Amino acid sequence: MPFTILKKQELVPTIYLMDINAPRIAKKAQPGQFVILRIDETGERIPLTIADFDRKKGTITMIFQAVGKTTTKLSTLKTGDAILDFIGPLGNPAHIENYGTVILVGGGVGVAPIFPQARAFKEAGNKVISIIGARSANLLLWEERMIEVSDEVQITTDDGTKGHHGFVTDIVKKKLESGMKIDRVIAIGPPVMMRAVAGVTKPFNVKTVVSLNSIMVDGTGMCGACRVLVGNETKFACVDGPEFDAHLVDFTLLMNRLSMYQPEEKLAFEKYKCEREGCTC
Amino acid sequence: MLARQKMPQQDPNVRRANFKEVALGFSKEQAIEEAKRCLQCKKPKCVEGCPVEVKIPDFISHVAKGDFDSAIKEIKTVNALPAICGRVCPQETQCEASCILKKKGEPVSIGRLERFVSDIELAKGVEKPQKPGSSGKKVAIVGSGPAGLTAAADLARMGHSVTIFEALHAAGGVLTYGIPEFRLPKDIVNSEVEYVKKLGVTILLDSVIGKIGTVDDLLLEFDAVFLGTGAGLPVFMNIDGENLNGVYSANEFLTRVNLMKSYRFPEYDTPVRKGKRVIVVGGGNVAMDSARCALRLGADEVTIVYRRGEEEMPARAEEIENAKEEGITFRLLTNPVRLLGDARNWVTHIECVNMYLCEPDGSGRCKPMPLAGSEHKIEADVVIIAIGTSPNPLVPRTTSGLEMSKHGTVVAKQNGQTTKKGVYAGGDAVTGAATVISAMGAGKIAARAIDDYLKTK
Repeated sequence: MPFTILKKQELVPTIYLMDINAPRIAKKAQPGQFVILRIDETGERIPLTIADFDRKKGTITMIFQAVGKTTTKLSTLKTGDAILDFIGPLGNPAHIENYGTVILVGGGVGVAPIFPQARAFKEAGNKVISIIGARSANLLLWEERMIEVSDEVQITTDDGTKGHHGFVTDIVKKKLESGMKIDRVIAIGPPVMMRAVAGVTKPFNVKTVVSLNSIMVDGTGMCGACRVLVGNETKFACVDGPEFDAHLVDFTLLMNRLSMYQPEEKLAFEKYKCEREGCTC
Repeated sequence: MLARQKMPQQDPNVRRANFKEVALGFSKEQAIEEAKRCLQCKKPKCVEGCPVEVKIPDFISHVAKGDFDSAIKEIKTVNALPAICGRVCPQETQCEASCILKKKGEPVSIGRLERFVSDIELAKGVEKPQKPGSSGKKVAIVGSGPAGLTAAADLARMGHSVTIFEALHAAGGVLTYGIPEFRLPKDIVNSEVEYVKKLGVTILLDSVIGKIGTVDDLLLEFDAVFLGTGAGLPVFMNIDGENLNGVYSANEFLTRVNLMKSYRFPEYDTPVRKGKRVIVVGGGNVAMDSARCALRLGADEVTIVYRRGEEEMPARAEEIENAKEEGITFRLLTNPVRLLGDARNWVTHIECVNMYLCEPDGSGRCKPMPLAGSEHKIEADVVIIAIGTSPNPLVPRTTSGLEMSKHGTVVAKQNGQTTKKGVYAGGDAVTGAATVISAMGAGKIAARAIDDYLKTK
């Protein structure tokens, strides 16, 4: 079954969008879910959050940042190329209902999975405040799409090249301190960002949900590679999540476990770069 | 009485560093000699010991005459996966346990003969099986492990149109992700899967039932559904430190090594931590497989920690022997209490307590009790938990009207019929973790029941 790339686009430097032909997955996909893909026979299985889906066209949109071997290799594929394996929709869908006012926080490539949730929360009748951040203005994703589905969009950049000079948490805190009634916060981005958001919302006792990007192999509950500690209980991010109550997540453990294969990841990436660039090391 | 032929094996000192098959297989001469030992009993007890009812004396008599083609044909009338069974069935507790020769000495090597004739056929190229006329009925099978493949093969032979839905990117279930290359080469599994496809079975990979569609969805398109979803959920010990880096479930460790071929990293992209001092907790075949994989990845020392004694180990005697020959250390009557790690969350030690055995418990085995004050630490940089698995809840949770036991297994009658109309189940999904052959037997029985059901539709 060929999972053909129908569209590929470099959105901002190192961050890519791909539309994959996967009608059976598109038919069932919900915001908050993810796919697992394997590029080729010697490839590893990696999870990527579903950034959008089109049931009519039968496509799944994913957005990824080229950081290691697999994502870099993926970024070299072109429209018309195919991915060997594409599995989903995995994980539980996000809980979408009319809570009232919802803040959606997206950091870096995390803006992509935040988008379908913002749209769904808006459709469910919520007031949607989106806070999206990036290191720098040229790395900011999907600002226009977020504006379309939000009542209010706030932008932050670490270097001050656009919007608020600082972090997404600064804005979250400001909103909470303003006395505005916030009913729910959803945050997706790097673990440090999600931990920081959880830290900011906790004193205000606002229910905060994060989507955890643990290392996975099968993604169906079979291996337990993705175990996370939530409220002192071991959970599998793939089948129990990927969304969890941010105030109960052990982020230190999450980050430690994410670093488990750093030496191997570095080795594989360097070898790949050597092969591509033809060095003699 | 003729002596039982010895299975040629790779030298333990050589094989401990490679993933090639340990057992090399009989030569033709050996096979014929071994086949001649069979007494050709009028009322063969061995057949009763076989969950898939292979006509053992019949195929062995062909081997004794050197007619290997007829031998494999005889087996394949009932068993679609003989090259697998010949390798991983626990013959010593099944067909060979009932062999009359066993009373006087050693039983006929039924499994090894089965393997021999299967391998001869695979080397020659498998003949295309004849397809029967179509019944016009469609059956969906969830899971391509031993239960699913067997049910699929039998149902296809009965003329039904069969589609298997497999969640992973390769067919075979535990045969592919669980059992290592050195015990069951993946080329063998692939050949047997190809044979099932030649019978007319369609296999859809990357298709997670419960996600891409539910069993209820399948029933809109198919006349019956068979659930062979296995027992794929890892069980942990629920002790401190189990989430430290370097601590694996056996499922994860074996999936990385076997399915993802991480023993060939970085040629294959999936990494696995290659420990120097590896501890494997558990005493079953999965524990032996994990230990022997860790050794082959280059560990200096691999230790099996098991809370009972060797006699109570559920692993096959042959696998325990193989592991010992390769230099695996056994620390019996030892049970982990907690795992200790460093500041970066990496496991460094496993703390254990010594055990002693008292009166037999519900499983018939002696209950192990901790010996007070015997706590001790063992150094470890990789720990693999191989204390069992339970059924994956993905399918049951998303299926309406399917009754489950409190252990998470699917409730099914002897013939595989579940509480949901048109839905049958078999293998580990029903029994909890058991053997490849018992799953195959369940697949076979369910295929008959499904065939009967389809005739009434």
